[in-house]
Amino acid sequence: MIRFALCFLLFASAAPAQEAVQRFGPEDAAVTLRLRTTTDIAIFAPTVEAFLDTAPGVAILYEQWGSNDLYALSREDCASGRKAADIIISSAVHQMVKLVNDRCAASWRSPATQAVPSGLKWRDELWGITREPAVMVYNRALVPPDEVPLTRFDLLDLLRPQDSRYAGRVATYDIEASGLGFLFAFIDSQEASTFGALMETFARTGAIATCCSAEIIGGVIEGDYLIAYNVLGSYARSVAAIDSRLGIVEPRDYTVVLSRAAMLPGPDVRPEAGAFLDYLVSTEGKIAMARSFLISGGGEDESGSDASDNETARRPIRLSPSLLVAVDQANATRFIRRWREVFAQ
Amino acid sequence: MTDPAPNGRSLSLTSRLAIGLVALLLVGGVVLALAAFAYGRVAAREAFDRLLVGAANDIAESISISDGELVIDLPVSAFELLALAKDDRIAYQVRGVDGRVLTGYDDLPVPTRAQQPGPDEAFFDAGFKGEPARFLRLTRRFAERSLSGDVEVIVGQTLLARNELAYDITRNALVGLAMGGAAIIMLALLMVRSALRPLGDLAGTIAARDPQDLTPLDPRGPREIAVTANAINGFMRRLDQQFDAMRNLISDTAHQLRTPVAALRAQSDLALHEQNPERRNRLVERIHRRTVSLGRLLDQMLSRALVIHRLESARREIVDLRDIALDIVESGDHMLIAPGTEVRVEVGPEPVNVKADAISLTEAAKNLLGNALAHGRAPVTVGADLSNGKAMLWVADAGEGPSQAVLESLGERFLRSAASRGESAGLGLSIAGAVAEAFGGRLEWDAGAGGFRISIVLTASEDGR
Repeated sequence: MIRFALCFLLFASAAPAQEAVQRFGPEDAAVTLRLRTTTDIAIFAPTVEAFLDTAPGVAILYEQWGSNDLYALSREDCASGRKAADIIISSAVHQMVKLVNDRCAASWRSPATQAVPSGLKWRDELWGITREPAVMVYNRALVPPDEVPLTRFDLLDLLRPQDSRYAGRVATYDIEASGLGFLFAFIDSQEASTFGALMETFARTGAIATCCSAEIIGGVIEGDYLIAYNVLGSYARSVAAIDSRLGIVEPRDYTVVLSRAAMLPGPDVRPEAGAFLDYLVSTEGKIAMARSFLISGGGEDESGSDASDNETARRPIRLSPSLLVAVDQANATRFIRRWREVFAQ
Repeated sequence: MTDPAPNGRSLSLTSRLAIGLVALLLVGGVVLALAAFAYGRVAAREAFDRLLVGAANDIAESISISDGELVIDLPVSAFELLALAKDDRIAYQVRGVDGRVLTGYDDLPVPTRAQQPGPDEAFFDAGFKGEPARFLRLTRRFAERSLSGDVEVIVGQTLLARNELAYDITRNALVGLAMGGAAIIMLALLMVRSALRPLGDLAGTIAARDPQDLTPLDPRGPREIAVTANAINGFMRRLDQQFDAMRNLISDTAHQLRTPVAALRAQSDLALHEQNPERRNRLVERIHRRTVSLGRLLDQMLSRALVIHRLESARREIVDLRDIALDIVESGDHMLIAPGTEVRVEVGPEPVNVKADAISLTEAAKNLLGNALAHGRAPVTVGADLSNGKAMLWVADAGEGPSQAVLESLGERFLRSAASRGESAGLGLSIAGAVAEAFGGRLEWDAGAGGFRISIVLTASEDGR
C-alpha cells in the first residue's frame, strides 16, 4: 500500500520535506489550494474529492507532512510573513494551538463554523474536524482472545511476568519523531497515574518506540509486534476493514479522542479555503470523513462493548491554550529526556 | 405671564412631564452608562488580573533547583487558569537569575519603571503579537548555596475576555436602567393622569351647570384643586354680588322714580288745564322744583351705583384726602347746585394719606357737600386733616344738621320716604357711609353751636409718604 512506501520515504530523507504530494481536481482549475496536513493521503483523499465535487473550478494540491516538520515549516512561514499554505490540518493539535497563539492563523466565521461545539474550536481560528480515538491494536492470530488487554491495567498485567512473551513485542509512537505521539504521551501523563507505571514497564520489557501509525500497524499485522499502544483509531480501522488479522481495543479505563485541527494561515483567507473548512465541519464533510474512519463515535471494538458503554471513558482533547504547556520548550525537553531514558536500551 | 402660543394651545402637562422625564433619563442614562462602563472595566480588570496572579504564582511555585540548575515544570493548571479567558492568547516567560529566557516567549515587552510600583508584582499593559495585552511580572527569590538571585515570571493575556466582561456589565446595567426608566415614565404618566382627573371633573361640573347657577362649587378634593375651586367660588360670588347690585339698582330706580314722575305728570296735567295764569305759573314753578329735585335724585342714584360697583372691584391705592377736598371744590359742581354759596377749603401742609379708591371717595365727599349745600347754611367748608392716626375728610356748614331720624337710619340702602318726598339727603349719607365702611372706616358727625360737621374717618396709611 502506498502509505507504507510513504513512511519509508520519510525515513530516507533527513531534511524536512513533504512525505508525499498529490494534486486533486481539474488541471485547468481557476483556484488551486495548497493543503498541508499530517493525514495520510489515502485516508483523507475521499473527503478531499467529495469537497471538490461541490466546488467546481477548485483544485487542491495535497502535501503530506510529518507533524514536527509541518510545525517547523509553518512557524518559519509565519515568522517571515510568507503565506505558503492555504489550509493546514495537523493531528499535533498542541502545535496548532501554539501557531494560533503566535498569531499565525486568520480568523474565519461562518454559519458552519459557528455550529462547531466550543471544545472543538478556539478563537475562530482553529477547529477540530475529526474524532479519532487513541487505541490499542493487536494481532488476532498471535494474541489469544482471553489475553486481549481491555484496559491499560490489562496491558501492565500482560507485561508483568518475568518471562512474558509480550516483552519486546509491544510498540508505541516515538514521541521525538512524531508530534502526535508526543501529544498522546503528554495527555496520558496528565490523565492518569498509569502513565508512570506504563513507562516503567515499557522500559523494563524493552518496548519499541517507532514512527508512524502505518508502520506500527503494519508491524502488528506482520507479527513483528503483538500489541501496539496509542495508535490512531482511524488508521487502525481503515486497515482492519481490509485485513482481519488486526484487532482493535479502545481502552476502557479511558480513551483519548483526538480532533485533528484545521487552521487557515494568516493574514488573509482565500474564500475557497474557507469554503473547504466550512465543508469539513458541515454534516456532509463529517459523513465523508466518517466513511474514512476519521470520525468515529466509539463504535464496536474487540471488547464487545458498544459505543454508549465506552462514551464516558472518552477524553476528547479540547482545543484550549492549556495545550501550550505541551509545546513549552523546557517541558518538552524534559519530557523527551525522560522518554529517551526509558527507551535507551 | 407669557403670551399664549399663537395656535392658542400649549403642550399638555402630560407631554411636558414626559419630555422632562425622558430628558432626565437620557442624561442620567448617559452618565450611568459611562459610570457603568468605567466600573465594568475596573471590575473586569481586577477579575482577570487575579487569574494572572494565580497563574504566575503557579508557575513560580513550579520552579525548583536541581544540581544548580533551575528546573521549570510548567504546570497545566496555570494555563487552565488563563484559559478561563477562553479566546485570549497567552504570553509567558521565565527568566533566570542571569536574565536569560529559560522558557516561554523570548520577545515579551519589559515593563517601564513607571509601570513598576512594587518590586515583586508589577502589572503592565503592552502589546503581544500585535494585540493589546495585560501582563504581570512576578519575581521569586532563590537563596540556595548553588544558586541565588531573582527569577522573573511574566504572564500575560490579551484583552478579549476583559472587554467582553466590561461590555457585559455595562449592557446589563443599561438594560436595568432602561427597564427602570420605562417603569418610571409609565408610573409618572399614570400619576399625572390620576392627579389631573379632579381638574377635568371640575371643568365637567362647571360646563354641565345651568348658566344662572352661581352657587359655590364643592371645594373638597386635593388641596391644589380646592384652591382653584375656591378661586372660582370667589369669582362667582363677586359676579353674584354684581348681579345683585344691578338688580337692586334697577328695582330702586324704578321704585324711586315712579312717585316723583307720577307727581310731575299730575302737576303738568293740572298746569295744562289751568286757565288762571297766576296759578299756572305757581304750578310750573312747582314742576321746576320737582324736576331739579328729581335730577339730584338721579345723580345720587347713579353715583351710588358707581360707588357700589367700584367698591367691589377697584384697587386700593394711596390717596391724599387733601387732593379729594381740593378736587371737589375746584370742579365747581356746587356752582350749579347752589350758585352764590361760598365754599371754602381747609387743608393742612401735611399729606393725609389713606389706602382707598379716589373716585369712590370723591363721590362720597361730593354727596356730603351736596347735602350741605342743599340743606345746610353757608359758609360751607370742605377739609382734610389727620389726628391720632385717623385721616378725616369732612364737610362743615353753619346749620344744625339733618334730623335725628335721618342720622339714625343711616346705613340703610336707601331712604324710601326721603326719596319719595324728593329729598335725598339720606341717600347721600348712605353713599358716604357705604364708602367709609368699604375702606374700613366710618361716618362721624358733630352738631354744635358752631354748626354741623360730618367726616369720613379712615385709618391713615403709614407708608404713604
